[in-house]
Amino acid sequence: MNTAVKTSPDVASDYAQSVDALYAYLLGVSVFFTVAIVAVIIFFTIRYQRRKADEVPEPTKDGKLLEILGSVIPFILVMIMFFWGAKLYFDARLPPKDAIEILVTGKQWMWKVQHPNGKREINDLHVPVGTPIKLTMTSEDVIHSYFLPSFRKKMDVLPGKYTQLWFLPEEEGEHHIFCAEYCGTEHSLMIGKLHIVSPEAYEAWLSTGGAVSTVAAGDDPVLAGKTLFEANCTVCHSGMPGAIGPNILGAFGTERQLESGESILMDENYVKNSMLNPNEHIAKGYPAAMTSFKGTLNNTQMGQIIQYLKSAAE
Amino acid sequence: MNDAAVSEDAPRINYLTNGFSVKSWLLSVDHKRIGILYLIAMTCFFALGAVAAGLFRLELATAEADVLANDTYNKLFTAHGIIMVFFFLIPAVPGVLGNFLVPIMIGAKDVAFPRLNLASWYIYMAGGLTTLGAIMLGGIDTGWTFYTPYSSVYADSNVIMAGTGVFITGFSSILTGLNFIVTIHKMRAPGMTWMRLPLFIWAQYATSIINVLGTPVLAITLLLVVFERGLGFGIFDPARGGDPVLYQHLFWFYSHPAVYIMILPGFGVVSEVIACFSRKRIYGYEFVAFSSLAIAGIGFFVWGHHMFVSSQSEYAALIFSALTFLVGIPTAIKIFNWTATLYKGSVVLSAPMLYTLGFIGLFLVGGMTGLFLATMATNVHLTDTYFVVAHFHYVMVGGMMMAWLAGLHFWWPKMFGKLYNEFWAKVGAAVIFFGFNFTFFPQFIAGNMGMPRRYHVYDLDYQPFQMLSTAGAFLMGTGLLICLITLVMSLITGKKCGRNPFHATGLEWNKADSPPDTHNFTEPVNVDVEAYDYTDERIYRDA
Repeated sequence: MNTAVKTSPDVASDYAQSVDALYAYLLGVSVFFTVAIVAVIIFFTIRYQRRKADEVPEPTKDGKLLEILGSVIPFILVMIMFFWGAKLYFDARLPPKDAIEILVTGKQWMWKVQHPNGKREINDLHVPVGTPIKLTMTSEDVIHSYFLPSFRKKMDVLPGKYTQLWFLPEEEGEHHIFCAEYCGTEHSLMIGKLHIVSPEAYEAWLSTGGAVSTVAAGDDPVLAGKTLFEANCTVCHSGMPGAIGPNILGAFGTERQLESGESILMDENYVKNSMLNPNEHIAKGYPAAMTSFKGTLNNTQMGQIIQYLKSAAE
Repeated sequence: MNDAAVSEDAPRINYLTNGFSVKSWLLSVDHKRIGILYLIAMTCFFALGAVAAGLFRLELATAEADVLANDTYNKLFTAHGIIMVFFFLIPAVPGVLGNFLVPIMIGAKDVAFPRLNLASWYIYMAGGLTTLGAIMLGGIDTGWTFYTPYSSVYADSNVIMAGTGVFITGFSSILTGLNFIVTIHKMRAPGMTWMRLPLFIWAQYATSIINVLGTPVLAITLLLVVFERGLGFGIFDPARGGDPVLYQHLFWFYSHPAVYIMILPGFGVVSEVIACFSRKRIYGYEFVAFSSLAIAGIGFFVWGHHMFVSSQSEYAALIFSALTFLVGIPTAIKIFNWTATLYKGSVVLSAPMLYTLGFIGLFLVGGMTGLFLATMATNVHLTDTYFVVAHFHYVMVGGMMMAWLAGLHFWWPKMFGKLYNEFWAKVGAAVIFFGFNFTFFPQFIAGNMGMPRRYHVYDLDYQPFQMLSTAGAFLMGTGLLICLITLVMSLITGKKCGRNPFHATGLEWNKADSPPDTHNFTEPVNVDVEAYDYTDERIYRDA
């Protein structure tokens, strides 16, 4: 039996610490006002308790002061919460450029993970200490949510869409990975361990088969994507003479001009949507000639093409 | 004049003695009898929801699975949520106290549409029994939130039937809301101006507006889920070009204001009880009245705070966060004003007052922890954890349920003409208060430590908190039983009471008998006093 009961979450990053500081501010304000109001109520209840059955107190005049103070002071305190919370939230959204990208697919009831070199693992996640990690996530079925409590970060994982979660592992160690969005029968078993290891250990781990790896090395998503791209997309989308579509090799991550006059960021969701619903956004200067790849390419294959397009833009 | 003497000579027929057959109840269009029908039905639903909670709390006492299978656990927390939200929390105060009191408080003989009122009860029952059928015939395991595409495609349980049940019940809310709005506008007695209305009426009015505007959105959303599941619509299913996040927007567009549907009537009760047991006009009557409307208005524009990690736009999240903080301000005003009402009052800690002060304490914690969830960065960590579970139970159980019990104890003598045993009523209130805190306070800590909600088995680190929670739940259950027995016993052995046992202001206490006449009043009603005028000596004549 372990001796001490833990009452606070592990702190695995500076960001977690800054969220905890905000939490402490919220806690301070909350405890102060709760205790103050409860104390006033208890004091009034005792001080003004009814002494005679026929006692009728003098009516009190309504003052505007209480209403004004009662609105302005809470307003100032909550605006501090709002700006502080929003600032941290936005800081935590944008992944740094040098982040290692790892693909995560949620499926009832497991996390399927694929590292940049194609190495896979299930539920657990190995990452090197000191490098930002960007998880690009999607789901094969229902909505899940990737939750790293020690990093105070969480992001829903949706079918038909890519979402991202990034974090900076600052110390070696092990932490919880939970699915936080209820996803059915074995929701509470959709858990894993985050293993933060030294860069050398990570490299070594990447190059071994490992007990958790289900697919042999060589299953590189970029290479697989290149093959798929050349079989399905090259004719129109690689800048060949007379091509009827825009050259998209090297365009990933840039703003694309549309026939409608708008522009749109070419990211994972845009590419996938273009494969499924090609006529939703027509590239400027090109005809609406592409047909949908729905049923032709599966989710994994579309993901591989996206990885290839990303690598082609680097 | 001595009321007791009169009633012994020739017992006047009141709404309870006006016919004893089952038919005279089930086909009654008397708003008071309909209120009692709601009370009986709702108590049964509440008991079922509580039993479901008791069972899964037993399971959660230890980290491993030991009492229930995972599917059974999932079905029980779903049943608990659906029953408590749609068949207890939302309709309790409007259905029972609102039906009974709204016409009497404004000096009317009945609601504007009495038959529609009875129809609302039947719709409520039809929806309730359909949902109950879904739960009994195999159950439903989606959680009360019915998130797609789990509910629409993947769940292997009675989603269609349960969704239909909740869909049907929604019309009961809409029609009751409509009935109250018209009643309050058109049927006030001469002299009952808007600014003389009891705050309970203001709260019912604000609630009714949300019911009428919000509930249709829930209805259509659930209908879409049913069609998607049954007929293969593709609105929410990405495999057919739909968007599962759209479901969340539609669902929370109703279900966040629904929190105010639950809590605003409770605010109304609290205002009445505090005024009576401190013999003071509610401090800042206008602010309290209009803050209800402000909450109802702003409450419609904060739904996105349920979705900060759902992949909605960051900028949308920013706006939703700001508006959520704003909706906290009118709520804070109410708490300050209730507290200020006690100042230089004549305070008695009766049973309804204990429940009410318990309400303020617990609701305060619920509101304060709401700030943690309105704040974007802490929300990301805390959402979908036990912190959220604890937060909304503090608001809905600590807030709404305590207010409901305060109201039930306050108007019980009016409804049945009998006084309950004050000592045991207070014991019940105290046990519920402590049991509640034991149950839900530890969940804040477990949540901040990262324990996700809706987990059947969990990490050992969280076990101490879950054990406390389970122990607290059974303590709270004991308190509820004490409360139930005390109230039921009062019907058998309780002392009869006169019109105004608590010396409260208001037409229901001063112009109507206990229990009221079938037509509410036996004399014409004319209002010549401001609300909560505790200096009016007429209220002290009768007991």
